[in-house]
Amino acid sequence: MSKAETAETEDEGRITNVSGPVVEAKGLDARMNDVVRVGEEGLMGEVIEIEGEVTTVQVYEETSGIAPGEPVVTTGSPLSVELGPGVLDSIYDGVQRPLDILEEEMGDFLDRGVDAPGIDLEKVWEFTPEVEEGDEIEEGDIVGTVPETESIDHKVMVPPDEGGTVADVNEGEYTVEDPVVVLEDGGEITMLQEWPVRKARPVERKQTPRTPLVTGQRILDTLFPIAKGGTAAIPGPFGSGKTVTQHQLAKWSDADIVVYVGCGERGNEMTEVIDDFPELEDPKTGKPLMSRTSLIANTSNMPVAARESCIYTGITLAEYYRDMGYDVALMADSTSRWAEAMREISSRLEEMPGEEGYPAYLAAALAEFYERGGRVETLGGRDGSISVIGAVSPPGGDFSEPVTQNTLRIVKTFWALDADLAERRHFPAINWNDSYSLYKSQLDDFFADEVDDDWAETRQWAVGVLDEEDELQEVVQLVGKDALPEDQQLTLEVARYIREVFLQQDAFHDIDTYCDLNKQFEMLRLIRKFNDLAFDALDAGVPVEEIQDVDSAERLFDIPTEENWEPLVEEIDEGLDDDFNELA
Amino acid sequence: MKEYKTITEISGPLVFVEVDEPVGYDEIVEIKLPDGSTKRGQVLESGEEIVSLQVFEGTDELDRNSSVRFLGETMKMPVTEDLLGRVLSGRGEPIDGGAEIVPEDRRDIIGSAINPHAREYPDEFIQTGVSAIDGMNTLVRGQKLPIFSGSGLPHNELALQIARQADVRDDIGEGDEEGEDEEFAVIFGAMGITQEEANEFLEEFERTGALERSVVFQNLADDPAVERIVTPRMALTTAEYLAFDKGYHVLVILTDMTNYCEALREIGAAREEVPGRRGYPGYMYTDLAELYERAGRIKGLEGSVTQIPILTMPGDDDTHPIPDLTGYITEGQIYIDRRLESEGREPPVDVLPSLSRLMDDGIGEGYTREDHGDVANQLYAAYAEGNDLRDLVNIVGREALSDRDNLFLDFADAFEDELVDQGWTTNRSLEETLGISWELLSTLPKSELKRIDDDFVEEYYRGEDEEEKEAEATA
Ligand SMILES: Nc1ncnc2c1ncn2[C@@H]1O[C@H](COP(=O)(O)OP(=O)(O)O)[C@@H](O)[C@H]1O
Ligand SMILES: [Mg+2]
Repeated sequence: MSKAETAETEDEGRITNVSGPVVEAKGLDARMNDVVRVGEEGLMGEVIEIEGEVTTVQVYEETSGIAPGEPVVTTGSPLSVELGPGVLDSIYDGVQRPLDILEEEMGDFLDRGVDAPGIDLEKVWEFTPEVEEGDEIEEGDIVGTVPETESIDHKVMVPPDEGGTVADVNEGEYTVEDPVVVLEDGGEITMLQEWPVRKARPVERKQTPRTPLVTGQRILDTLFPIAKGGTAAIPGPFGSGKTVTQHQLAKWSDADIVVYVGCGERGNEMTEVIDDFPELEDPKTGKPLMSRTSLIANTSNMPVAARESCIYTGITLAEYYRDMGYDVALMADSTSRWAEAMREISSRLEEMPGEEGYPAYLAAALAEFYERGGRVETLGGRDGSISVIGAVSPPGGDFSEPVTQNTLRIVKTFWALDADLAERRHFPAINWNDSYSLYKSQLDDFFADEVDDDWAETRQWAVGVLDEEDELQEVVQLVGKDALPEDQQLTLEVARYIREVFLQQDAFHDIDTYCDLNKQFEMLRLIRKFNDLAFDALDAGVPVEEIQDVDSAERLFDIPTEENWEPLVEEIDEGLDDDFNELA
Repeated sequence: MKEYKTITEISGPLVFVEVDEPVGYDEIVEIKLPDGSTKRGQVLESGEEIVSLQVFEGTDELDRNSSVRFLGETMKMPVTEDLLGRVLSGRGEPIDGGAEIVPEDRRDIIGSAINPHAREYPDEFIQTGVSAIDGMNTLVRGQKLPIFSGSGLPHNELALQIARQADVRDDIGEGDEEGEDEEFAVIFGAMGITQEEANEFLEEFERTGALERSVVFQNLADDPAVERIVTPRMALTTAEYLAFDKGYHVLVILTDMTNYCEALREIGAAREEVPGRRGYPGYMYTDLAELYERAGRIKGLEGSVTQIPILTMPGDDDTHPIPDLTGYITEGQIYIDRRLESEGREPPVDVLPSLSRLMDDGIGEGYTREDHGDVANQLYAAYAEGNDLRDLVNIVGREALSDRDNLFLDFADAFEDELVDQGWTTNRSLEETLGISWELLSTLPKSELKRIDDDFVEEYYRGEDEEEKEAEATA
């Protein structure tokens, strides 16, 4: 954030009260949401309430030792992020200060009162123009490109509300602040834009998402797919797999750009991403994953006000890359911590609390956040999307609480994590009975074209078997499996293959961690083939014990971890025919 | 420094004072009672005219005639390596009658967050000698792994067993070259526990000679509750100093976090804050995170801070805000189970809901043993299956179950007998733990070991597999 430094100002207020992250001042002539500098050390804060002559500020840094009487100065601008080449392959705190720069300046522990620009202002980039003298350019038009990272070309765009006739174009190496295009009216376009985080960037129009965000996670892609430009929530108690799922999506989903917001969660989880991502390959480009990623970290022990802002910082970065025409995926882990940060600030303001102490505007804030996702036609006429995936951490794992409930009203994909499944190490512990995706039907065409015509039908078959198993399990609880009729025992066996071979997927296994769509389909097709052959055999009088012992069915378990899976699938396919021929 | 005799209100642990000069937020105050004794407190809210304070020693005997002095600084902990071997009060003052402590530095007890960019991801195995932990919920250096227990359960025994056996110096992992000369320290932060419990720890520390590499912070049940707010911060400040300035591998045991949270609730109530779930403050998550996140390792530095906080779950309910918020912050949790305890298991660890989130990176080839992860997964799956059948068997009886089900039932029993119930004084190497694991797994047919790589099954499986027997017979 350098915005805060740019505008010098004359209006100085005085602190009258300090209570944790909330500071009150008098005599300050600031507007709502303006960034202010608090105290002798100039801590960064934001105006969140103005009442009479008292201005209330939330402070993004620790306030220990700050006393009444110290100055408060407004910068005259709202909380903004800096947008330009350099946003990717970086890690920020909740107000876009680069954590690596902070480490250089403060050491291993986060101190306060240090500012650092969100993107490197000195670095030179190679600008290749796409416009020439005399061109008419409008807001959102691309004026040129910059190779930002190994895998991503940064599109330099005309900022919203600007445009004109190009008078001059500067090709070559420039810093983000140098003009690369000069307009006839004297206006200049640089590689740097600023944007207030609480305001959505404008688009031409919203569009219906039609392609899936392919994640390589079987239960997600096959049973509960999310669209590119879709919204999803992952609620679950602690230890059920929210973070691992979010990490898997950040690693393997076929988005162009990933913005990962670690909001109020563990420090080591961010470190893990920082360590792993430069080493891992982007499944789409083969380049380091970090080249398409921007990380935002406000860990649970970092200042709570910056937790409230980190979500907005993240979505604004995502919008900027969407505007270039990219498919962006934004993960927020966890939106509950964001909601709690709102609650904490609101209660210090002594606002009238709503449900469970959350502010009355909780539902509106959540809706506004997810609404900034979606597939759009951008200014300048490109097709871009933001898929928004939010983890939710319900207290006590109880989904009836306000954050989960308000989120469910908005999102169209619901991946419900289940403590029971996690306890028996069935991962991902996504409950197939409770989860849903409202995108299924609009994505079916894609799967039929790209994978197999039978995709949707095979999925429905699997869902049917799992439903049946669910009912049968109630009986089994009472009488044991062996008391069931043979055909029902067989259904249980088939369901077991669906669960243990197909639905379970080990995020920590080199091969199993990612499963492409064809492999997903073939696995399910083979289980179904076993099902069909098995029921034929049962009808022909083969006892269920013998069917269960079929060798090639057992080999289904080998597919998930097999890299060269195609020959294996073929082998099992033939094996099933042979085995059942023998039985008959 | 100005002295005020302007106390306007005393309410629970809080005191409100009129001031005419600005006072810093979080600053420390000294309150002098008419009888000459002093108490310390901290600024909770600082206004132009009124400042509210929380008083660590409690507000007993305070009155309007007490005088208040603002010390112009936030709370500090005097640190030095000489603290090792010392017993301190919950406020960090020596209570062992030993020499005065000459600090090398005075550190702010609030502590700053470690920059995530500066963290080193923890992946060095700590052998605790407890199979349920080493085998299935592996602890690593720099982890925060709490014990979720209930009142009257032997969580202290387990913590002591770990502290006694945890051999962070003796690396069996191949990843680490140094070994022997790495220094190891234990910090023990007691909050609101009984004198008897505290003695249990102290005597054990003395008996094993651990005291000389320990620092004990002791806030007992009859010490003021508000003091509990600073005790863990003092302990962790000392831990960070020893770890990151002096290169120690520090194990911090904090007990009982439930008492700490009760103190937080008390202060919140006194301030008339809008309460969160079950009356605990809405900021309790952030407050606990400020403690737990002080575990870890830092790139380029020698030492580490490993935390084992202990908490007793009110009503054995893990959805209660204290265990719930803790579980959301810590890197896993170890459950002590009442049924296992009543059956006399030592330690009565229930592995099913237990978890070590950092296990995956600290085990396997180059860290522990190549089959470790698969074995743990398989043990979980098989034990969970056998455990599920226990309800059913109560209804229908063993005879009604298939042979396969009976095998898994037997497995669950044997698992508790052989692997979990090792005794408080048995210190098992990881090899031993894995050996017992394979013995258990070998009671199941090979075809059931779906979570284990075939090569490992080939190497370690010792059972007489039915199919193999058949094959041999026909050969
Ligand atoms: N897909 C998965 N594959 C393997 N293990 C998993 C998977 N998902 C979760 N786990 C296990 O569960 C633990 C907790 O998951 P995590 O995502 O951290 O939970 P949460 O964020 O919900 O608290 C992980 O440390 C890991 O051991
Ligand atoms: Mg998580």
